[in-house]
Amino acid sequence: MAALLQGKAMLSGCRALDLTDEKGFLCGKILADLGVDVIKIERPGGDPSRRIGPFWHDIPDPEKSLYWFSYNSSKRGVTLDIETADGREILKRLAKTADFVIESFAPGYMDRMGLGYGALKEISPRIVHISITPFGQKGPYKDFQGSDIIVMGMSGIPYLTGDSDRPPLNISLPQSHLLAGADGAVGAMVAHYHRERTGRGQHVDVSMQQSTAWFLANTLPYWEMSETNLGRVGAMRSMNARESTQRQVWPCKDGYVFFFMLGGETGAKPFRRLVKWMDNEGMGDEYLRNLRWEELDMGTVTQDVLDHIAKPIGAFFLTRTKKEVLEAAIERNISLCSLSSMEDLVGDRNLRDRNFWIDIDHPELGGKLPYPRQFAEMSAQSISTRFRAPLIGEHNGEVYGEIGLSLKDLVVLKQAGVI
Amino acid sequence: MEQNVFSGLKILAFSWAMVGPLTMKFFADYGATVIRIETSKRPCVSRTSAPYRDGKPGINRSGYFNHFSANMYSMALNMAHPLALEVAKKLVAQVDVVSENFTPGVMEKWGLGYEDLVKIKTDIIMLRQSGFGSKGPYRDLAAFGMTLAAIAGFPNFIGWPDREPLPVGVGAYTDGISPRYAAAALIAALDYRDKTGRGQLIELAQFETALSFILPGILDFAANGREPVRSGNAVPYAAPHGVYPCKGEDKWCSIAVFNNQQWVRLCEVIGGPEYIEDAMFATLLERKKHEKALDAIISDWTKGQAAEDVMTRLQAAGIPAGVVKNAAELYNDPQLRKRNIFWPLPHSEMGEFTHLGTSFELSDTPAQPYMPSPCLGEHTAYVCTEILGMPDAEFIELVQEGVFE
Repeated sequence: MAALLQGKAMLSGCRALDLTDEKGFLCGKILADLGVDVIKIERPGGDPSRRIGPFWHDIPDPEKSLYWFSYNSSKRGVTLDIETADGREILKRLAKTADFVIESFAPGYMDRMGLGYGALKEISPRIVHISITPFGQKGPYKDFQGSDIIVMGMSGIPYLTGDSDRPPLNISLPQSHLLAGADGAVGAMVAHYHRERTGRGQHVDVSMQQSTAWFLANTLPYWEMSETNLGRVGAMRSMNARESTQRQVWPCKDGYVFFFMLGGETGAKPFRRLVKWMDNEGMGDEYLRNLRWEELDMGTVTQDVLDHIAKPIGAFFLTRTKKEVLEAAIERNISLCSLSSMEDLVGDRNLRDRNFWIDIDHPELGGKLPYPRQFAEMSAQSISTRFRAPLIGEHNGEVYGEIGLSLKDLVVLKQAGVI
Repeated sequence: MEQNVFSGLKILAFSWAMVGPLTMKFFADYGATVIRIETSKRPCVSRTSAPYRDGKPGINRSGYFNHFSANMYSMALNMAHPLALEVAKKLVAQVDVVSENFTPGVMEKWGLGYEDLVKIKTDIIMLRQSGFGSKGPYRDLAAFGMTLAAIAGFPNFIGWPDREPLPVGVGAYTDGISPRYAAAALIAALDYRDKTGRGQLIELAQFETALSFILPGILDFAANGREPVRSGNAVPYAAPHGVYPCKGEDKWCSIAVFNNQQWVRLCEVIGGPEYIEDAMFATLLERKKHEKALDAIISDWTKGQAAEDVMTRLQAAGIPAGVVKNAAELYNDPQLRKRNIFWPLPHSEMGEFTHLGTSFELSDTPAQPYMPSPCLGEHTAYVCTEILGMPDAEFIELVQEGVFE
């Protein structure tokens, strides 16, 4: 293990204590990939988030949660009950060795445990404490219950997602946890940079609602500038403030193509390449060939023109598979993509060519799983997914040994339910 | 300008659309001098996108561009001009970081590839974020956030069982993902440079950073051979779990019940204590089996009430519930108003305009709204004279040559 933690990784030498549940996993995961020694701290018996599916071979077992695997790789794991006096003391000893503490408890919980930022700062003024919660540490909603669908709805994306004749739609894989977790990592790094120069840590307050609402493209300006509430347009993209729409989800022979047309010079190049491809395949269209695309302004285009353009393109896509469309797009640089299945992604030739997937061994399961090797390629250092997510209490002996607890202590603490 | 975390740090940003500027926000909002290179010859697509102030198009009037460009400097430099490269090289010599998010090859074409930059400044850090990366068969494919989200598989998780897969409603969803990874990597590289004196090249592919956000779906395929099924707002582990109609046009409240305690309280709040022990709904397994009937009962209760009231009543009982907010409601959201996410700033062509603030809050060194979004080329003279120390005569000559267009 020690060897794996060394090497050229950028933040090797830093340590993080990760007390989060699913709301904050990604923060520690990103820091771990950057080389931080991240210690996942779970309650004895395992974190309840290990109950989140899907599971390896559909066996619902806390050691087989694929959700847990996804966002806890490259972390070590210990069990600790911080609601016991011994547990709190051990956490404080660990905190002395830590540069980051990440948690996602309800606001006020850490303070009640005597482990809030104020207390941790006393132990080590260098500590950066990251809190990740549905709505943040302050404000009128701070104590609200917020699961992903609740927070997403309160952050603007579902109102815009789905068909206009049906309720707003959430993305079925929780995104607010990940957006907040990634923000936690950025906040941690900003604070780290400051700490390395001043010796002083600080508190990073991440709200899932705020992290999600931070990226709504032009939605907020539309309201502020024209009192237009953009709404749901389903498979159709609204042009010029909803007066006309164009298709952005196109059925093909065995799936879907995602594509929308831009006007002017920017749109003309890929569009002409698409038209040429259709010509070559014997499915050319007179209207498309003669269209003065450079003069087309998507701000004023009429529905009639959009429909004239869409009809032959739609008919053409229906004669092609998603793979054929994507390959033609790559060959001819037509700015479209087909919708990938999970199987497509695992086998994707660009990802394979770039050596993106790393198969990591899960000896307990007798198999391997593919993980993203790295989120960035850095020329001076290696950053990568290093090893699979920890088993329950897997590194108790190792980590607690590092802070001077003897095997005898561990036996006592185990029996007392502390670890 | 008071000191902040990145005060003194200088970044030269060649950016297109949103990924570049959003990455730069994490630095500019903490005091870095981010110099965005732009040209009126080919203004950024975000500057030529609606909505425009008073409905009148203009490169400085786009609500889209101006929303996320607070705290950044804009220098006009037409890289197609033969004299532009020399100016750009002088800038490279003065900055810590060069950031870009074009399709691969654009920077090389200008003579500003990583190898070129290192010759100018040995410890330069270059950050590159293209759609698919600079190596691999897809590298030249022009990508948008919406098409990238599709190739990364997101629409498989969005939609109703009887209808087609759908894009995320904000369109370019992946544009919000990559900047976070990029910022974390760039700060790590800055820290490394400060400690070792060594710069480096950082490359991200937006396609790849997005995949971490659907990884459980990919592992489900790898382990179980299963592809995702579109299921509306339903999830396997909770019922009710959905978005319910409320009083008014297009008004909704989401409600989610994860355990027995919440179920009992929900029945009490909606005035249906008989459902608590009802054989159809008493257990999660039964509720999942009769989810349609359950949703009808909840909808009957929600549809006569304002979404805000539904949320307040349920939250008071400890049940997860939240208004599904539109833009107007987000602007007035009492929680977001307490956070540092909206920055109203006066802009010379936009007037008073809400700029995007920060996505998280630091206790000791908070993000600051230093200045409004720049007009195109607003800081060209400042950058040339103050940062490059260019003599006035030379600056005027280059202006006349048309370099700064």
